[in-house]
Amino acid sequence: MTVSFFILAALTIAGTVAAMSLRNLVHCVLALTLGFAGLAALYLQLGAQFVGFTQILVYVGAVAILAMFAIMMTQRAGAVAQPVFTPSRMPGWIAGGMIASAVFAVLAWAIHSSAALPKTLPPQALPSQADAGVRAIGNALMHRFVLPLEIMGLLLTAALIGAVLVAMQEQQEMP
Amino acid sequence: MPATVDQIFVICKHWLLGFAPAGVQPIFSALLSVVPILVVFPLLFAITTVLERKGLGRIQNRYGPNRVGPCGFFQPIADGIKSLTKEDVVPATADRVAHFLAPLLLVAAAFLAYAVLPIGRNMVVANLNAGVLFFFAVGSMVELAVFMAGWASRSKYSLLGAMRAIAQMISYEVPLVLASVVVIMAAGSLSTVAIVNAQVGYTGIWPHWFVFTPWGFAGFVLFMIAATAESNRSPFDLPEGESEIIAGYYIEYSGFKFALFFLGEYLGMFATSGMAITLFLGGWAAPFSFLTWIPSYVWFFAKLLTLIAGFIWIRGTLPRLRMDQLMSFAWKFMLPMTLLNIFAAGVWHFMPAGYARWLACIALVVAPFLLLGRGLQQEKKSGIRSYRFAE
Amino acid sequence: MSSLTDYLLVSALLFSIGLAGALTRRNAILVLIGIELMLNAANLNFLAFWRYGPNPAALTGVLFAIFSISIAAAEAAVGLGIILAAHRHFKTTDVNQMNALKG
Repeated sequence: MTVSFFILAALTIAGTVAAMSLRNLVHCVLALTLGFAGLAALYLQLGAQFVGFTQILVYVGAVAILAMFAIMMTQRAGAVAQPVFTPSRMPGWIAGGMIASAVFAVLAWAIHSSAALPKTLPPQALPSQADAGVRAIGNALMHRFVLPLEIMGLLLTAALIGAVLVAMQEQQEMP
Repeated sequence: MPATVDQIFVICKHWLLGFAPAGVQPIFSALLSVVPILVVFPLLFAITTVLERKGLGRIQNRYGPNRVGPCGFFQPIADGIKSLTKEDVVPATADRVAHFLAPLLLVAAAFLAYAVLPIGRNMVVANLNAGVLFFFAVGSMVELAVFMAGWASRSKYSLLGAMRAIAQMISYEVPLVLASVVVIMAAGSLSTVAIVNAQVGYTGIWPHWFVFTPWGFAGFVLFMIAATAESNRSPFDLPEGESEIIAGYYIEYSGFKFALFFLGEYLGMFATSGMAITLFLGGWAAPFSFLTWIPSYVWFFAKLLTLIAGFIWIRGTLPRLRMDQLMSFAWKFMLPMTLLNIFAAGVWHFMPAGYARWLACIALVVAPFLLLGRGLQQEKKSGIRSYRFAE
Repeated sequence: MSSLTDYLLVSALLFSIGLAGALTRRNAILVLIGIELMLNAANLNFLAFWRYGPNPAALTGVLFAIFSISIAAAEAAVGLGIILAAHRHFKTTDVNQMNALKG
């Protein structure tokens, strides 16, 4: 485990834990962006430059901002943030935490006991031409994965129109 | 000899690198690339502030700053001393951590964008395969900093300013990216170095810049409009709108943090201008083949200063837009224009070279421009105003 | 260079954090964010298997991650739109109080 990997993993985990446990919603989203940025750095470390930058562009630049807008529109001005850990909600926290830890335990056990995983093998050498990454991705998108790409375009268009329609106020409700 | 002058900074870097022990050489090399950028562009910011104030003064028929130093050119130093010695006021209800981090994040994001700008032959900090994508990814981090500043101040004016700024930046990021897609198509690469290299070359004395094609010219104009909006400059300066919301998202900042916001904003403007130069104006390439003896970095900065002068001129000339005009301009004019421009670039690519190609592409760019402009003109008939807001 | 197991463990941890958040938080926006975190954990898995797998030149993992990111973006947009609509109806974003089918 190299030092940079450890730092990035710790940053990601800390950001996401804070995002899921802080009291103030805006703080949650700010911590979440930290987690997303750490994750993007992990992608970069895996050699996936394109996906890493896309992650920052989409998650930090769009999803986090969208969540901020949603928070701003749904929170009442001057509302005091409710405490997250209260005695009355303890059963929920314990149950949720137990389910999540059980899932994590199963996953970790599966990872550790799997015979198919090459545990100590070094990563495969990447094809290292100057422009390999982006050009190869483009070629794959235009040849082998052209149908998924088209479906994705359709899906994004549908989501764009759908989100506007769902969030739009009905005309008769106007003051 | 011109080659030596052209490469003098690269040679200097290699000479200095020779003194470092082998272990720290990668770090030392990165440091040698980054430090000049950290020095040069803030200096350019200082010069630009005084040039802008003097230029605006001339446009508005008054003198600009003319007291400090010769012709007022030491004004930035006085401003710097003032902002360093001013009291740093933080509102009592402010969210202190976010309030403190916002200007730092803004400046850091603005500086990161320079990593992929080739400011001269062989002079780029990081030649990434996905350089253009990196640039836009870093640019989207600015929105987060703006939101943090606006929200953490706990002031209605700053929150309004931040919301306006984010809505505007998200809306204009779409045409900004789509306008640069034509260049990526033509150059066949996302690497900024490869894009500049695709434009180095001359037919007779004329250069092969992308701006000298119909789609390239349209793309350049659209890119510059979107860049003006991205950097929150007049006529798109609603987020700051001094007459409406005083100073927008950084109203609650004072002293050095305010100066950092200013710095970040100007650095963002320089970075997007530099990107426009890289994408459309041939980067560091000379405009005529007989001028190639002038070093490459001189050309880059000459182009940058020209674009900055254009920004100042626009700021002194045009009035501020209204919010609905801003949004309808982005979504009803800029977005269709950029999409059609991509189509025009595709037509250009697949038609044989000749006059027919020029005519077809010019028609593909000019006709929608006229139609969309007319369309926007005709919807001036406004009925009863209806307000939409979140409860 | 760290090994594949480390990446998989981080991804599993990320998934569990997202799951815990989605199960326990009561604000609908945070539930959505938890789901986004789970999707991100899957992306990390795709990329790790692509990098350490037998054939990285095929780029299948990278393309899967790209498609997954676009789906997540679409999901976030529609999800937040639904949350806004629900907030307009119920005047709250607390999922525990959105318990009536009829308004």
